Amino acid sequence: MGDSRTGSKSRWAVVPLLVFAVIVFGVPMLVLLGGTFTREGTPSAANLTESLQGAYLTSLIGSVKISALVAVLGGVLGTFLAQAVVTSRFRALREGVLTASGVLANFGGVPLAFAWIATLGNSGVVTTTLGLGDHGWSLYNFWGLTLVYLYFSVPLMVLTVVPALDGLRPQWREAAQNNGASTWQFWRYVGVPVLTPALLGGVILLFGGAFAAYATAQAMVGSSVPLVTLKIADALTGNVLIGHENVALALSLDMIVVAGLVMAVYLPLRRRSARWLR
Amino acid sequence: MNGARVEFRGLRRRFGSTVALDGLDLTVEPGELIALLGPSGCGKTTALRCLAGFEQPDEGEVLVDGADITRVPANRRDAGMVFQSYSLFPNLNARDNVGFGMRVRKTPAARRHARAQELLELVGLPDVGGRYPHQLSGGQQQRVALARALALEPRVLLLDEPLSALDAKVRVTLREEIRRLQLSLGITTIFVTHDQEEALSMADRVAVLRDGRLEQVADPATLYDRPATPFVAEFVGAMNHLPGLLSGDQVTVLGQTLPVEGPRPAGPEADVLVRPEAVLVVPDGEGEGMVVVSSFRGSTARLRVRLGDGAEVLADVPGHDSARLAPGTAVRVRLVERPVLVSARTATGVTAAVPEPDAVA
Repeated sequence: MGDSRTGSKSRWAVVPLLVFAVIVFGVPMLVLLGGTFTREGTPSAANLTESLQGAYLTSLIGSVKISALVAVLGGVLGTFLAQAVVTSRFRALREGVLTASGVLANFGGVPLAFAWIATLGNSGVVTTTLGLGDHGWSLYNFWGLTLVYLYFSVPLMVLTVVPALDGLRPQWREAAQNNGASTWQFWRYVGVPVLTPALLGGVILLFGGAFAAYATAQAMVGSSVPLVTLKIADALTGNVLIGHENVALALSLDMIVVAGLVMAVYLPLRRRSARWLR
Repeated sequence: MNGARVEFRGLRRRFGSTVALDGLDLTVEPGELIALLGPSGCGKTTALRCLAGFEQPDEGEVLVDGADITRVPANRRDAGMVFQSYSLFPNLNARDNVGFGMRVRKTPAARRHARAQELLELVGLPDVGGRYPHQLSGGQQQRVALARALALEPRVLLLDEPLSALDAKVRVTLREEIRRLQLSLGITTIFVTHDQEEALSMADRVAVLRDGRLEQVADPATLYDRPATPFVAEFVGAMNHLPGLLSGDQVTVLGQTLPVEGPRPAGPEADVLVRPEAVLVVPDGEGEGMVVVSSFRGSTARLRVRLGDGAEVLADVPGHDSARLAPGTAVRVRLVERPVLVSARTATGVTAAVPEPDAVA
């Protein structure tokens, strides 16, 4: 009886958090939904329709493309880097890479863009020193932006998977060898399946990070690479056309739907890959 | 399934400045269960890992049925291994863990599952095939690991302290089952342990290692009754060192004259090695000994008795006698009339090297 009383009491302790969540997430969501389905004061789906046409659709697809690419490339590179660090015998290397990852994973926005422009932009130090411009090098396109996004995504992946890699017990590898498995077979039947939940989580994190990135792209490529976050900013500020604020809200709703779709794929995959944990 | 003969020849292995194996020579006969016993750092696990292929010796060779396998990769060796703990693949259920080796060898699923089930029945777990490792108790996990180690019908079974993480009761049951299984399969088995009781109760022969070298290898009874070196005498069971005076093939100790067995040192002064169970303690108001500590162990009680000259001696008495031999009781101490081992008097010359009553299980 004492337990149930404590239980009902402690349930009340959650209330402030719930209220906070409702205000912080709920109110913007209502504004977003209200704006999306209103045009010139009357209910309408026109904003949503427009957000899924022409340049807006291109930017949405562009964002999904670059995010997916960054997530997959960053996931693979980050995992290999993390494995190299975890298996290294040099303690200092491990600490160094992890510390650097902690810093770089949080490097973003305009400073990141500026660092790259100064290094590999049209007049960047490396570009001019090596004469990269003569070979058609440009940072200000899809691939350049991918490279810059990878700069913070790979470290983020390292931070995500290092604990999982540390959790792979040496006995599992030895037991696999003892049962006649090659290194490749160990990874195929044990290593990768055990890591999959962590890897999936990391990849989703990278996708989200790249999908929502704005300032870096804005400072670097302006509108030369179509991204949905740039289009939202343009529409909100009336940069190209005036009176498109509600289309910006519709684009935001599109982003939420995309994120929802990604989760809809991710969650069953995760559940399947982690069924041995339950 | 037939056991193979295993030979370690002049095995040396160092890790930095630590010498793990210092010229280990040992032959394990086909079908034999041999226990490698020793304190931590004595090289017993390294020896086992050299045989499994997880460790390369710096010098020497490992032979299985006469064939040198020192450089054969771990995944091509004919030896199944059970690790200390947590070695089951967490993402595979018990059946797939047992069938892992067969899967690697591309055995068809149906045959693999049937064989895995057979092995699970062999280790007494017919109903856990579908469970994941974290759903099994520690004892069950080690049984599944044993089934997995036996799945490819190896001719050598390696056990690396497989019971050390289990609670006492499970440990005793499981060691009996391992022994029964090993005898019925006739598989050569090398069992690494630091638990002397485990080694003595399971093994055909026990090899005591110290600092990477073999101290003695013998059947359990010989090891206990006729330790070849003072180290073995100390390490296996508890041992009293009592000052004695040699004359001919007899020694005088605690006022008794007993025949000497085995080699004897040059000088007349010697340490007489006596097991606690060979020390008789009788309550006696006139006696010059006094019980200092008594630790009750059920069937027996181990007493620490201080003698008149300040020396101390350990004695095991029947458990039901412990009440009348409580600490503070004046007692008379005698030794069982039978031949004793003697060794050269230790540097201090007193009966100091007596372990704490509870240090030795």
